[in-house]
Amino acid sequence: MIDVAGLIGIVISAILIQNFVLARFLGLCPFFGVSKRLSSAVGMGMAVVFVMTIASIFTWGMNTFVLIPNDVGYLQTIVFILVIAGLVQLVEMALQKFSPALYEALGIYLPLITTNCAVLGVALINTGINQFTNKGFTFLEALVNGVASGIGFTLALVLMAGIREKLELAHLPKALQGLPVAFVSAGLMALAFLGFSGLNFFR
Amino acid sequence: MAHAPATLESSSAAGAVFTEGLWKQNPVFVQVLGMCPTLAVTNSVRNAVAMGAATLFVLVCSNVLISLVRKLVPKQVRIATYILIIATFVTIVQLTMKAYLPSLDRSLGIFVPLIVVNCIILARAEAYASKNKVIRSAIDGLVMGLGFTLALCLLSVIRELLGSNKILGLNAVPGFKPMTVFILAPGGFFTIAFVMAAVTTIRNRKGTRKA
Repeated sequence: MIDVAGLIGIVISAILIQNFVLARFLGLCPFFGVSKRLSSAVGMGMAVVFVMTIASIFTWGMNTFVLIPNDVGYLQTIVFILVIAGLVQLVEMALQKFSPALYEALGIYLPLITTNCAVLGVALINTGINQFTNKGFTFLEALVNGVASGIGFTLALVLMAGIREKLELAHLPKALQGLPVAFVSAGLMALAFLGFSGLNFFR
Repeated sequence: MAHAPATLESSSAAGAVFTEGLWKQNPVFVQVLGMCPTLAVTNSVRNAVAMGAATLFVLVCSNVLISLVRKLVPKQVRIATYILIIATFVTIVQLTMKAYLPSLDRSLGIFVPLIVVNCIILARAEAYASKNKVIRSAIDGLVMGLGFTLALCLLSVIRELLGSNKILGLNAVPGFKPMTVFILAPGGFFTIAFVMAAVTTIRNRKGTRKA
């Protein structure tokens, strides 16, 4: 039996209420690093959704079928980071071989994703105790959470890139130019997203 | 990337290493590394100090070990090796914290395992420890860790004071109405924006004076 309402709750929570960037502070390096141009923001966002989805599947499987049955849960951090690093490498090679066009579009962002804390973050959230069920996610929930978290990240990244493209034309005090004003914009976006915390209909 | 002075013979050189890590090349305000933990855990001074100490420990240990094995590791697999070494020390911190400081472990949450992907640690491994001798790498780790801790403390003092009118959980200014937004996510972004702007201004002023 699939709990559709629960899944919708996870999606809304991951994208809006607990947005990865603006509420959880995960994946800030690419958020500020790749948000100067809208086109590169879209590319990075797609790469993150892709890797997060695959990483959710594999880390969940690793945790459920290897770590827990063998009672070595304390190796989680080490195993997850290795799985993610290996996956990113594999995805990169596979894309290069089978879909050169997609590789062209995502290629330069893929290596950056290994050290993107959002990917390890989603793996840890999927396998940790969560606010919905008070235990780890099931496979389907983990998958949905992975995709939705990636979409949430992309949403924040694309919005930010749109704002920063406009900001380049603004006259700013010298001290605020560059990153400080990007932080202020992110703060204002976070303030807006805070409004979604009222959406508590599934608790 | 930071380049610590080549020699450590005189005490002034050692002093230079410290100003380098704490101020000139501060990992947070100048190199802008490790943003996620910086913003996520600075909602209270206690969390910030704990995260700073944990990162410092991992940074020193991983710098030492990476420096020790730097000639044994083939170039192609070095990043994977570094990540594995860092993850090992992070697991040590994680398990120690779970055993002895469970309440702290709960309030830092997933940011304890996420020390693995703190870019400061990998950056120091790649830029310094993989090219330098053990003792220098240890000092580099210590100084960069202190710079990170200092930045975290500064941000958390501002946020905890403005957000809950407390310092380390103790009441601070009587009669001041706290602005809760500062301990929430937006406050983190606002605080670092203005602290960073201030740091940049001071640095630029010093630069023009010297020139």
